[in-house]
Amino acid sequence: MTKPKFAFNWASSCGGCEIAIFELGTKLVDVANKIDIVFWPAVFDYKYSDLEAMPDKSIDVAFFNGAIQNSENEHVAKLLRAKSKMLVAFGACAYCGGIPALANTTNRDQIFASSYLETATTDNTEKVFPQSNVQVAEGELTIPEFYNTVKTLDQTVDVDYYVPGCPPVGEQVSKVINQFVEGGLPSRGAVLGASEKSLCHECKRVKTDRKITKIVRTYQTIQDPEKCLLEQGIICMGPATRGGCGSICLDANMPCRGCYGPLPNVIDQGGKMLSALSSVFDADTEEDIQKLADSVVDPIGTFYRFSLARSLMRRTRP
Amino acid sequence: MKTVTINPITRLEGHGKISIFLNDEGNVENAYFQVPELRGFEKFCEGRPVEEMPDITSRICGVCPEAHHIASTKALDGVFHVEPPPAAKKLRELLYSAFFVADHITHFYVLAGPDFVMGPTAPKAERNILSVIAKVGLEVGGSVIKHRSDALDAIAMIGGKRIHPSCGVPGGVSKSIDEDERVKIETIAESEVEFAKFTMKLFDDIVLNNKDYVSLITSETYATETYYMGTVDDQNRVNFYDGKIRVVDPEGKEFAKYAPVDYQQHIAEHVEPWTYLKYPYLKKIGWKGLIGGKNSGIYRATPLARLNVAEGMTTPVAQAEYRRMYETLGRKPIHATLATHWARLVELVYAAERMLELSRDPEITSPNVRTIPTSIPDEGVGAVEAPRGTLIHHYKTDEKGIVKGVNLIVATTNNHAAISMSIKQAAQGLIKKGDVSDGILNMVEMAFRAYDPCFACATHTLPGQMPLDVKIYSKNGLLLQTLRRPEF
Repeated sequence: MTKPKFAFNWASSCGGCEIAIFELGTKLVDVANKIDIVFWPAVFDYKYSDLEAMPDKSIDVAFFNGAIQNSENEHVAKLLRAKSKMLVAFGACAYCGGIPALANTTNRDQIFASSYLETATTDNTEKVFPQSNVQVAEGELTIPEFYNTVKTLDQTVDVDYYVPGCPPVGEQVSKVINQFVEGGLPSRGAVLGASEKSLCHECKRVKTDRKITKIVRTYQTIQDPEKCLLEQGIICMGPATRGGCGSICLDANMPCRGCYGPLPNVIDQGGKMLSALSSVFDADTEEDIQKLADSVVDPIGTFYRFSLARSLMRRTRP
Repeated sequence: MKTVTINPITRLEGHGKISIFLNDEGNVENAYFQVPELRGFEKFCEGRPVEEMPDITSRICGVCPEAHHIASTKALDGVFHVEPPPAAKKLRELLYSAFFVADHITHFYVLAGPDFVMGPTAPKAERNILSVIAKVGLEVGGSVIKHRSDALDAIAMIGGKRIHPSCGVPGGVSKSIDEDERVKIETIAESEVEFAKFTMKLFDDIVLNNKDYVSLITSETYATETYYMGTVDDQNRVNFYDGKIRVVDPEGKEFAKYAPVDYQQHIAEHVEPWTYLKYPYLKKIGWKGLIGGKNSGIYRATPLARLNVAEGMTTPVAQAEYRRMYETLGRKPIHATLATHWARLVELVYAAERMLELSRDPEITSPNVRTIPTSIPDEGVGAVEAPRGTLIHHYKTDEKGIVKGVNLIVATTNNHAAISMSIKQAAQGLIKKGDVSDGILNMVEMAFRAYDPCFACATHTLPGQMPLDVKIYSKNGLLLQTLRRPEF
């Protein structure tokens, strides 16, 4: 039997998804024996030119992590789509935009101005900015074009499966790879390596359906490690976030920030969280509601921490 | 003029590029190292609640999230003018020491190891972790994986997650550890100390007992004279978590010593149009281009730099190893870039010993791990020594603690200019009369690898070698030759 051909690639992300695969530890060797890795820039010496030379659909499964933030990310996404039977958006950035998609609250010009002019230690009186093509004394130098808007993988090419998480936790990665190797895949478009329920279902904290009268920021109070954080007034994304991580942040006495993305059949994770939050608000008057709503200091960065590119709004006005 | 393009070097969130220009004699006219990516953290963090910064900025790097998480958390202490309880500081440092252990182990065995264990001139197919394991034995391979994984277990016990910890809050950490957890961490630390000593012994046997390697390490091809930067305690000993930043000149004389909060008086950043990454330099000397020496503001912040700026280590085995390194190489500061590997192992021993010390600290299980801030937030600077250099997070907020300004001097960025110089030096040393030998690949890589560059995010924790693709073009852009590593 021929072994399935796998490819791994990362685009705009931190590299944590690559480490998540390494978290398989000794299992990685077992997995490597069952599959044939034909492209993995972090580990193997296959180049884009090798990828380009492969026949279309000759790769069985390609795992793609990272968002699409520049022209090179987009080029490789299109290349891998063409060469692969199945393309998997692996991790929060490829799936929902992740942290890099917070760049959609600003734009390229502002990011450049911040990075290359305004930051405290930058010394750039001549206002030099990086450019895609630069003529130097010896010849021409090129770098990829930086995009104004960060996109998810499936806003760039068709995607077959999604694996959430920042990063996906080790046990889940192991399960997902096995699904591709041993079979048992759900239908196309499914989210793999996660639960079908919200994080609250796996959270060990005690819930009492207590209503809240004010929002508390994490630094303002010492959280009770036994009780539901939302009921303590801390915004915890648990009700609007897919489970599967094992509620590890909650165990560290910190709230969920939503890295496992929206619940099944939910398009907009932030919108879902807003509705969850309104159901725990103990507010009768419009004034009370306004007061509570005002106490959420950063709705975009809180409700869409990892999912702005996948949300209904995708970005603020450019 | 011919162009030699090395593209992609796949260790900067996927992409890196080197362009080498040959003159009419076929010698290296110039070499450009290009960083083709930017994500815009400094801008998009504006508007966020500042207490969220440790969570957000850990996503700068998935290999060293702990460094960003802790630097960020320390910046929050400054923003809120709050002093963490002693146990909280110790827990942060314990997590941090465990992180250094994991990070340095993987760099030495997976990335640097193949060059020394298999040899720089070994067949390329053998210069990888799989061959290293075959040579040193499966048992050692398993031990590498185990000790890396155990250190991550310790990180998760304190920080919640193995990758991207979530425990950092202004004034402390979000949870304490109990006695069961302490014992587990102590057991792990004991084993890490032994493994660090074993690793040093392995380095002795394979590298230091081999005259060729010692002369390679000390050869001029790999020596670059620069300033050095690193964090020291009040007795000028190495500290990863806290202290003052010390800078020495290429002769080893103290040039500056400052509290992290004063970093702006000492560091400035230069911009070039062909790369997205800036070039930090010593402000008081100025940007003089990509050149070394005392009159250029270029400095290095690496394990070797940290040892060069310090006068010793606080733990016994590390201190003995520190002295042995300088006695053996017979000078201080050491300019030999490849000695960075040695320095990294001295640091590995220190990190493991420090981890053990802290795990036995009677205060470490104290439930008092948070001080709730009471003052109005405004501005703070947090610094740590990341495995690859001094890391600075600087935030400004409004009175509600909403971020208004961010400045980050990221560890590898400190070394951007020096890495560019080392690449050019290696290229110039190797490419003569247009003859781009196959060996250039590994020699360029070795100049690179010593820095353990973090734009190599996944590199130092994944088995394999840096995939380089050297393309030689004629003047009219015709591809003449492609040199590539064999598959393995």
